[in-house]
Amino acid sequence: MQDETPKPYTEGPMHSTSPVIDPGLTFASVTDKISSIVLKRKTSLAWFFGFAISFALFQLMLLAMTNLLFVGIGLWGVNVPVAWGIDILNFVWWIGIGHAGTLISAILLLLRQRWRTSINRFAEAMTLFAVAQAGMYPIFHLGRPWLMYWLFPYPNTMGIWPQFRSPLMWDVFAVSTYATVSAMFWFVGLIPDFATLRDRARSKPFQILYGMLAMGWRGSARHWHRYEMAYLLLAGLATPLVLSVHTIVSFDFAVGIIPGWHATIFPPYFVAGAIYAGFAMVLLLTIPLRRFYGLEGFITMRHMHNMGKVMLATGLIVGYGYIMEAFFGWYSGNKYERFMIWNRMHGPYSLYYWALILCNIITPQFLWFKKLRSNLLALWIISFVVSIGMWLERFVIVVTSLHRDFLPSSWGMYQPTQWDWAMFIGTIGFFFTLLFLFIRFLPMISIFEMRTILPEAEVEE
Amino acid sequence: METENTQIHVTPGGSHRRHAPPLYGVIAEFENPSDLVAAARRVYSLGYRRINGYSPYPIEELSEAIGFTHTSLPLIVFIGGLVGGIGGFLMQYWIEVIDYPINVGGKPYNSWPAFIPITFEMTVLVAAFSAVLGMLVLNKLPQPYHPVFNVPNFAMATRDRFFLAVEANDAKFDHTEVVELLKSLNALEVNDVEV
Repeated sequence: MQDETPKPYTEGPMHSTSPVIDPGLTFASVTDKISSIVLKRKTSLAWFFGFAISFALFQLMLLAMTNLLFVGIGLWGVNVPVAWGIDILNFVWWIGIGHAGTLISAILLLLRQRWRTSINRFAEAMTLFAVAQAGMYPIFHLGRPWLMYWLFPYPNTMGIWPQFRSPLMWDVFAVSTYATVSAMFWFVGLIPDFATLRDRARSKPFQILYGMLAMGWRGSARHWHRYEMAYLLLAGLATPLVLSVHTIVSFDFAVGIIPGWHATIFPPYFVAGAIYAGFAMVLLLTIPLRRFYGLEGFITMRHMHNMGKVMLATGLIVGYGYIMEAFFGWYSGNKYERFMIWNRMHGPYSLYYWALILCNIITPQFLWFKKLRSNLLALWIISFVVSIGMWLERFVIVVTSLHRDFLPSSWGMYQPTQWDWAMFIGTIGFFFTLLFLFIRFLPMISIFEMRTILPEAEVEE
Repeated sequence: METENTQIHVTPGGSHRRHAPPLYGVIAEFENPSDLVAAARRVYSLGYRRINGYSPYPIEELSEAIGFTHTSLPLIVFIGGLVGGIGGFLMQYWIEVIDYPINVGGKPYNSWPAFIPITFEMTVLVAAFSAVLGMLVLNKLPQPYHPVFNVPNFAMATRDRFFLAVEANDAKFDHTEVVELLKSLNALEVNDVEV
């Protein structure tokens, strides 16, 4: 905000802060620098350390799941009236985190935001891994997870079919489509880079591995033409898809008649919240990563600023959502709605509500200041607080709405057990395990897309 | 539709080749995209049609220069989306109305608004599969072997080098003429490509 020395504008106000890419880079240096992280650089001790911790936590998840399969859902703290505890909450939280990846890779592509190029690969990987975590929760919540295939419409000897009027069925289709399309989008983006790695790899096993994944990609102009078309069409398909996924997740709640769930504002408010949480997670991960791998030339301060701004904008939409929830509660004149909002603010879980306001509405206001957006430590801390805030938001929506419904005789309290926490911490471990493997074995920045934004990529005629 | 060159010369006898191996074409190497596009335009203007460029990243001007501007991929994806959408809706209609009708809160069996989310998801799913598989099939990928991989330095096509191939099955193809032409176009190197 308060910039003492006005900097000269180069290409207009958008370009005043810092470039999208270090101007000294060339085709060769971009290729070598990104591919060397995978192929040449010695795996650092820090990587092994981080991987070991993540992998250990991943084992905790497996333990929690195995125990759940033996004992059953009673292991978790859920019980009527709070039949959806932090496990559904974590499902929503993880899938929300995934949304930023699709936003960066698809929506920003359609909007021709060139700065997306250096973060889209990483963000898409994050999406995929977050959706993998999310998908496990509803399945293990089924009670008999081994019968999860009953959710899909297949002709069976029982002669029954799923109920398509239920939002829970919509959820099955939305999440599985989202996971499939995200995986395809990610893989298609990787094909030319696999070819780059195939041609750079020194050892036979890696040449074969990347060679198979590259499928014989040779950079033919005809191939590129169809490739670009496919990529654009996938972006066009992924854009409404990502909006539909969190809309449908919000229907899981909004179609129910519980006060605090039954609100028309849920779809846009959930989507904005998802993008908010997702960008927080992207920042949380890229800030240490770019430092550690020396990627400041690719992921510049411009990216940090822009992501900070997106977080601020979506944070304000989320704040508007909270205010509207309170307003609806009052304006509806419905005593259950009024009680719901009063209970959120003053009931037994009021601490969660006020912590949520602090994390999600107050904290992002710091992003108005350019000084703070330029300070990586501040940005990291804000992102961390927002991630917690979005977790609290889902806690408030899921738990406080359920624990006080229409009849005081059916009121109750909810306490997550150690197994709920083990599952949650375990999925964080699994997420980071996948992420560590990704940054070790795949190019975390799209090499071929970075080439397109270099100055020497311009064709002079 | 769009065809990739797959001309096959059969080596008679097989075991010992006495003659020079059959030719896939001639390929020129360039240092930058501008030279490649300029060369491609020139070669195309001279009437060569079975030509192809190779570059480390997509160059819009290049596919234009070699006269490759049309792809039926959007049509394939549109049909895929249509099949997904109609199929998705009909699946739900058949299940909920015909095969397994259940009265839910007195709603009509064909409660179509409730079928929209899954119809939409199926549209996107089938369209996305069509886009990815359509792209791979039209590109004839996976294709483990291709003659251009024999070109020395072709590994640089995925780094910072640019290539232009004139294929031997072009109607106008004459080996010496093509080599001379490519050499005159600012190429770093001109090589024969064996099949």
